[in-house]
Amino acid sequence: MLKKKKKDAPEINGGAMADIAFLLLIFFLVATTIASDKGVTVMLPPKAEDVDVKVKTRNVFNILVNSNDDMLAQEEMVDLPKLRTMVKEFVLNNGKDKNQSESPAKAIISLKTDRGTSYEMYIGVIDELKLAYAEMRSQYLKMPLEDYQNLDKENPDQKEKLDRARKAIPYKVSDAEPSEIK
Amino acid sequence: MATFKKKTKTKQDIPTSALPDIIFMLLFFFMIATTFRESELLVKNSLPQASELTKLEKKSLVSYIYIGEPSDTRKFGTEARIQVNDVLIDPEQIVQHVIQEKDKLGEDGDKITMSLKIDREAKMGIISDVRQKLREANALKVNYAANKKLRNF
Repeated sequence: MLKKKKKDAPEINGGAMADIAFLLLIFFLVATTIASDKGVTVMLPPKAEDVDVKVKTRNVFNILVNSNDDMLAQEEMVDLPKLRTMVKEFVLNNGKDKNQSESPAKAIISLKTDRGTSYEMYIGVIDELKLAYAEMRSQYLKMPLEDYQNLDKENPDQKEKLDRARKAIPYKVSDAEPSEIK
Repeated sequence: MATFKKKTKTKQDIPTSALPDIIFMLLFFFMIATTFRESELLVKNSLPQASELTKLEKKSLVSYIYIGEPSDTRKFGTEARIQVNDVLIDPEQIVQHVIQEKDKLGEDGDKITMSLKIDREAKMGIISDVRQKLREANALKVNYAANKKLRNF
Protein backbone atom coordinates (compact mmCIF):
# COMPACT_ATOMS: atom_id res chain seq x y z
CA MET A 1 0.00 0.00 0.00
CA LEU A 2 1.51 3.16 -1.16
CA LYS A 3 0.90 5.96 1.18
CA LYS A 4 1.10 8.99 -0.88
CA LYS A 5 1.48 11.92 1.35
CA LYS A 6 -0.38 14.87 0.03
CA LYS A 7 1.94 17.75 -0.34
CA ASP A 8 0.64 20.83 1.38
CA ALA A 9 1.24 24.18 -0.09
CA PRO A 10 4.23 25.65 1.67
CA GLU A 11 3.12 27.89 4.46
CA ILE A 12 4.42 31.36 4.77
CA ASN A 13 5.53 32.20 8.20
CA GLY A 14 3.04 34.70 9.52
CA GLY A 15 4.82 35.49 12.67
CA ALA A 16 6.37 38.63 11.32
CA MET A 17 3.04 39.94 10.08
CA ALA A 18 2.39 41.65 13.39
CA ASP A 19 5.71 43.43 13.19
CA ILE A 20 4.92 44.72 9.74
CA ALA A 21 1.53 45.92 10.84
CA PHE A 22 3.00 47.69 13.83
CA LEU A 23 5.62 49.31 11.73
CA LEU A 24 3.05 50.61 9.28
CA LEU A 25 0.87 51.79 12.12
CA ILE A 26 3.70 53.70 13.72
CA PHE A 27 4.68 55.16 10.39
CA PHE A 28 1.21 56.50 9.72
CA LEU A 29 0.86 57.74 13.26
CA VAL A 30 3.97 59.80 12.81
CA ALA A 31 3.26 60.96 9.29
CA THR A 32 -0.32 62.07 9.73
CA THR A 33 -0.91 65.60 10.86
CA ILE A 34 -4.23 65.78 12.58
CA ALA A 35 -4.26 69.52 12.95
CA SER A 36 -6.34 71.03 10.20
CA ASP A 37 -5.83 74.52 8.94
CA LYS A 38 -8.16 76.81 10.75
CA GLY A 39 -8.12 80.46 11.39
CA VAL A 40 -9.89 83.78 11.40
CA THR A 41 -10.72 84.77 7.85
CA VAL A 42 -10.80 88.42 6.94
CA MET A 43 -11.10 90.22 3.65
CA LEU A 44 -8.66 93.04 3.16
CA PRO A 45 -9.93 96.19 1.47
CA PRO A 46 -8.70 96.49 -2.10
CA LYS A 47 -5.84 98.79 -2.80
CA ALA A 48 -7.39 102.02 -3.90
CA GLU A 49 -6.78 105.70 -3.79
CA ASP A 50 -7.84 107.20 -0.53
CA VAL A 51 -11.45 108.08 -0.90
CA ASP A 52 -12.95 110.30 1.70
CA VAL A 53 -16.17 108.74 2.71
CA LYS A 54 -18.28 110.90 4.91
CA VAL A 55 -19.61 108.94 7.83
CA LYS A 56 -21.46 110.44 10.72
CA THR A 57 -19.43 110.33 13.90
CA ARG A 58 -22.22 108.60 15.76
CA ASN A 59 -22.01 105.65 13.38
CA VAL A 60 -18.38 104.95 14.12
CA PHE A 61 -17.28 102.89 17.07
CA ASN A 62 -13.66 103.64 17.81
CA ILE A 63 -11.32 101.05 19.23
CA LEU A 64 -7.74 101.98 19.96
CA VAL A 65 -5.12 99.53 21.14
CA ASN A 66 -1.75 100.86 22.23
CA SER A 67 1.62 99.18 22.41
CA ASN A 68 0.98 98.04 25.98
CA ASP A 69 -2.09 96.17 24.75
CA ASP A 70 -4.39 98.54 26.60
CA MET A 71 -7.67 99.01 24.84
CA LEU A 72 -9.74 102.14 24.54
CA ALA A 73 -13.25 101.79 23.19
CA GLN A 74 -15.24 105.00 22.72
CA GLU A 75 -12.71 106.73 24.99
CA GLU A 76 -13.16 104.22 27.77
CA MET A 77 -10.67 101.66 29.03
CA VAL A 78 -12.23 98.25 28.50
CA ASP A 79 -11.36 94.57 28.47
CA LEU A 80 -12.43 92.07 25.84
CA PRO A 81 -15.77 90.82 27.28
CA LYS A 82 -16.81 94.42 28.00
CA LEU A 83 -15.92 95.35 24.43
CA ARG A 84 -18.32 92.74 23.11
CA THR A 85 -21.29 94.04 25.08
CA MET A 86 -20.43 97.61 24.07
CA VAL A 87 -20.22 96.71 20.41
CA LYS A 88 -23.53 94.89 20.57
CA GLU A 89 -25.21 97.81 22.26
CA PHE A 90 -23.72 100.18 19.75
CA VAL A 91 -24.75 98.24 16.66
CA LEU A 92 -28.23 97.29 17.84
CA ASN A 93 -29.02 100.82 18.97
CA ASN A 94 -31.29 101.60 16.01
CA GLY A 95 -31.22 105.32 16.62
CA LYS A 96 -32.40 105.31 20.23
CA ASP A 97 -29.30 106.80 21.78
CA LYS A 98 -27.99 109.98 20.18
CA ASN A 99 -24.38 108.86 20.52
CA GLN A 100 -24.79 105.37 19.15
CA SER A 101 -25.37 104.04 15.66
CA GLU A 102 -28.44 104.84 13.58
CA SER A 103 -28.94 101.30 12.32
CA PRO A 104 -26.96 98.05 12.24
CA ALA A 105 -26.38 98.51 8.52
CA LYS A 106 -24.74 101.88 9.07
CA ALA A 107 -22.65 100.98 12.07
CA ILE A 108 -18.92 100.84 11.47
CA ILE A 109 -16.28 99.59 13.84
CA SER A 110 -12.94 101.29 13.50
CA LEU A 111 -10.04 99.35 14.89
CA LYS A 112 -6.76 101.16 15.22
CA THR A 113 -3.68 99.43 16.50
CA ASP A 114 -0.17 100.56 17.21
CA ARG A 115 2.94 99.13 15.58
CA GLY A 116 3.86 97.77 18.98
CA THR A 117 0.55 96.07 19.67
CA SER A 118 1.00 92.34 20.08
CA TYR A 119 -0.55 90.05 17.51
CA GLU A 120 -2.24 88.03 20.22
CA MET A 121 -4.14 91.10 21.36
CA TYR A 122 -5.13 91.97 17.82
CA ILE A 123 -6.48 88.49 17.14
CA GLY A 124 -8.27 88.66 20.48
CA VAL A 125 -10.03 91.88 19.45
CA ILE A 126 -10.90 90.61 15.96
CA ASP A 127 -12.20 87.39 17.48
CA GLU A 128 -14.30 89.30 19.98
CA LEU A 129 -15.79 91.42 17.19
CA LYS A 130 -16.55 88.33 15.11
CA LEU A 131 -18.22 86.73 18.09
CA ALA A 132 -20.24 89.89 18.80
CA TYR A 133 -21.51 89.89 15.22
CA ALA A 134 -22.22 86.16 15.30
CA GLU A 135 -24.26 86.66 18.45
CA MET A 136 -26.19 89.56 16.95
CA ARG A 137 -26.91 87.63 13.78
CA SER A 138 -28.05 84.58 15.65
CA GLN A 139 -30.33 86.81 17.68
CA TYR A 140 -31.65 88.33 14.50
CA LEU A 141 -32.40 84.89 13.09
CA LYS A 142 -33.91 83.91 16.45
CA MET A 143 -31.78 80.84 16.88
CA PRO A 144 -29.17 79.82 19.43
CA LEU A 145 -25.60 80.84 18.69
CA GLU A 146 -24.49 77.27 18.23
CA ASP A 147 -27.11 76.62 15.57
CA TYR A 148 -26.07 79.78 13.78
CA GLN A 149 -22.43 78.73 13.77
CA ASN A 150 -23.38 75.36 12.36
CA LEU A 151 -25.27 76.82 9.40
CA ASP A 152 -23.93 75.40 6.19
CA LYS A 153 -23.13 77.63 3.23
CA GLU A 154 -23.65 74.76 0.79
CA ASN A 155 -27.24 74.24 1.84
CA PRO A 156 -29.39 76.73 -0.13
CA ASP A 157 -31.99 77.02 2.61
CA GLN A 158 -29.40 77.77 5.25
CA LYS A 159 -27.43 79.99 2.92
CA GLU A 160 -30.49 82.16 2.47
CA LYS A 161 -30.65 82.61 6.24
CA LEU A 162 -26.98 83.47 6.43
CA ASP A 163 -27.34 85.99 3.63
CA ARG A 164 -30.33 87.56 5.28
CA ALA A 165 -28.49 87.97 8.58
CA ARG A 166 -25.42 89.23 6.80
CA LYS A 167 -27.47 91.84 4.97
CA ALA A 168 -29.27 93.03 8.08
CA ILE A 169 -26.14 93.21 10.21
CA PRO A 170 -23.16 93.60 7.90
CA TYR A 171 -19.74 93.07 9.41
CA LYS A 172 -18.09 96.41 8.84
CA VAL A 173 -14.77 96.67 10.52
CA SER A 174 -12.31 99.22 9.29
CA ASP A 175 -8.82 98.07 10.03
CA ALA A 176 -6.86 101.28 10.03
CA GLU A 177 -3.12 101.34 9.53
CA PRO A 178 -1.24 101.10 12.79
CA SER A 179 0.23 104.33 14.03
CA GLU A 180 3.96 104.74 14.40
CA ILE A 181 5.46 104.23 17.80
CA LYS A 182 5.96 107.55 19.46
CA MET B 1 4.73 -5.46 2.13
CA ALA B 2 6.81 -2.73 1.09
CA THR B 3 5.98 0.70 2.35
CA PHE B 4 7.62 3.54 0.74
CA LYS B 5 7.76 6.29 3.17
CA LYS B 6 8.96 9.06 1.14
CA LYS B 7 10.54 11.53 3.37
CA THR B 8 10.89 14.86 1.73
CA LYS B 9 14.15 16.32 2.53
CA THR B 10 13.51 19.74 1.10
CA LYS B 11 12.73 22.42 3.61
CA GLN B 12 9.31 23.76 3.12
CA ASP B 13 9.22 27.08 4.96
CA ILE B 14 10.54 30.18 3.36
CA PRO B 15 13.32 31.74 5.32
CA THR B 16 11.92 34.81 7.00
CA SER B 17 15.02 36.03 8.66
CA ALA B 18 15.49 38.65 5.93
CA LEU B 19 12.01 40.05 6.41
CA PRO B 20 12.91 42.62 9.04
CA ASP B 21 15.60 43.92 6.73
CA ILE B 22 13.10 44.40 3.95
CA ILE B 23 10.71 46.18 6.29
CA PHE B 24 13.47 48.42 7.51
CA MET B 25 14.40 49.23 3.96
CA LEU B 26 10.80 50.22 3.27
CA LEU B 27 10.71 52.25 6.43
CA PHE B 28 13.85 54.14 5.51
CA PHE B 29 12.55 54.71 2.01
CA PHE B 30 9.37 56.29 3.33
CA MET B 31 11.23 58.25 5.94
CA ILE B 32 13.31 59.86 3.26
CA ALA B 33 10.60 60.23 0.63
CA THR B 34 7.85 61.72 2.78
CA THR B 35 7.68 65.42 3.34
CA PHE B 36 5.81 66.10 6.52
CA ARG B 37 5.74 69.83 6.07
CA GLU B 38 6.03 71.93 2.98
CA SER B 39 8.79 73.92 4.51
CA GLU B 40 11.04 73.75 7.46
CA LEU B 41 10.21 76.44 9.95
CA LEU B 42 12.88 79.03 10.41
CA VAL B 43 10.80 81.19 12.70
CA LYS B 44 9.08 80.60 15.98
CA ASN B 45 5.48 79.77 15.42
CA SER B 46 3.13 79.36 18.31
CA LEU B 47 -0.29 80.36 17.10
CA PRO B 48 -2.72 82.49 19.09
CA GLN B 49 -6.11 81.24 20.15
CA ALA B 50 -9.46 82.32 18.80
CA SER B 51 -12.97 80.95 18.90
CA GLU B 52 -14.55 82.15 15.66
CA LEU B 53 -12.62 80.01 13.24
CA THR B 54 -13.27 79.08 9.66
CA LYS B 55 -11.73 76.08 8.04
CA LEU B 56 -9.60 76.52 4.96
CA GLU B 57 -11.40 74.62 2.27
CA LYS B 58 -9.39 74.25 -0.88
CA LYS B 59 -5.87 73.45 0.20
CA SER B 60 -4.54 73.94 -3.31
CA LEU B 61 -5.58 77.58 -3.26
CA VAL B 62 -3.83 78.30 0.00
CA SER B 63 -0.41 79.83 0.28
CA TYR B 64 1.36 80.16 3.58
CA ILE B 65 3.36 82.97 5.11
CA TYR B 66 5.05 82.52 8.45
CA ILE B 67 5.98 85.43 10.67
CA GLY B 68 7.83 85.33 13.94
CA GLU B 69 11.11 85.64 15.72
CA PRO B 70 13.79 83.59 13.93
CA SER B 71 14.68 80.35 15.68
CA ASP B 72 18.33 80.96 14.92
CA THR B 73 18.66 84.27 16.70
CA ARG B 74 22.43 84.36 16.41
CA LYS B 75 22.22 84.33 12.65
CA PHE B 76 19.10 86.33 11.97
CA GLY B 77 18.61 88.46 15.08
CA THR B 78 15.60 88.69 17.35
CA GLU B 79 13.45 90.94 15.20
CA ALA B 80 10.40 89.16 13.75
CA ARG B 81 10.95 87.99 10.18
CA ILE B 82 8.81 86.71 7.34
CA GLN B 83 9.26 83.24 5.94
CA VAL B 84 7.83 81.90 2.71
CA ASN B 85 8.71 78.45 1.44
CA ASP B 86 12.17 77.89 2.82
CA VAL B 87 13.59 81.37 3.02
CA LEU B 88 13.34 84.47 5.10
CA ILE B 89 12.33 87.48 3.06
CA ASP B 90 11.76 91.19 3.45
CA PRO B 91 8.29 92.71 3.25
CA GLU B 92 9.19 94.18 -0.15
CA GLN B 93 9.53 90.71 -1.66
CA ILE B 94 6.02 89.65 -0.70
CA VAL B 95 4.37 91.11 -3.79
CA GLN B 96 6.71 89.11 -5.98
CA HIS B 97 6.06 85.97 -3.96
CA VAL B 98 2.29 86.38 -4.23
CA ILE B 99 2.53 86.91 -7.98
CA GLN B 100 4.55 83.70 -8.30
CA GLU B 101 2.03 81.78 -6.21
CA LYS B 102 -0.81 83.16 -8.31
CA ASP B 103 0.98 82.12 -11.48
CA LYS B 104 1.25 78.58 -10.17
CA LEU B 105 -2.50 78.41 -9.76
CA GLY B 106 -3.15 79.50 -13.33
CA GLU B 107 -6.61 80.89 -13.91
CA ASP B 108 -7.62 80.30 -10.30
CA GLY B 109 -4.93 82.76 -9.25
CA ASP B 110 -7.37 85.36 -8.04
CA LYS B 111 -9.02 82.94 -5.66
CA ILE B 112 -5.82 82.58 -3.67
CA THR B 113 -6.10 82.57 0.10
CA MET B 114 -3.12 83.69 2.09
CA SER B 115 -2.78 81.84 5.34
CA LEU B 116 -0.76 83.91 7.76
CA LYS B 117 0.80 81.82 10.46
CA ILE B 118 1.98 84.44 12.85
CA ASP B 119 3.62 83.92 16.18
CA ARG B 120 1.52 85.23 19.03
CA GLU B 121 4.34 87.40 20.24
CA ALA B 122 4.83 89.20 16.94
CA LYS B 123 4.07 92.89 16.79
CA MET B 124 1.47 94.55 14.59
CA GLY B 125 4.09 96.67 12.82
CA ILE B 126 5.44 93.93 10.60
CA ILE B 127 1.99 92.38 10.18
CA SER B 128 0.55 95.59 8.86
CA ASP B 129 3.48 95.93 6.46
CA VAL B 130 2.67 92.47 5.15
CA ARG B 131 -0.98 93.36 4.92
CA GLN B 132 -0.22 96.43 2.85
CA LYS B 133 1.87 94.33 0.49
CA LEU B 134 -0.90 91.76 0.17
CA ARG B 135 -3.31 94.52 -0.74
CA GLU B 136 -0.85 95.73 -3.33
CA ALA B 137 -0.59 92.22 -4.74
CA ASN B 138 -4.38 91.94 -4.73
CA ALA B 139 -4.43 88.87 -2.52
CA LEU B 140 -7.27 90.03 -0.34
CA LYS B 141 -8.53 86.87 1.23
CA VAL B 142 -6.49 86.41 4.34
CA ASN B 143 -6.72 83.78 7.03
CA TYR B 144 -5.01 84.38 10.33
CA ALA B 145 -4.20 80.87 11.49
CA ALA B 146 -5.25 80.24 15.06
CA ASN B 147 -5.96 77.41 17.40
CA LYS B 148 -9.39 76.71 18.78
CA LYS B 149 -10.24 78.46 21.99
CA LEU B 150 -13.10 77.18 24.05
CA ARG B 151 -15.34 79.76 25.58
CA ASN B 152 -17.72 79.13 28.38
CA PHE B 153 -20.56 81.54 28.49
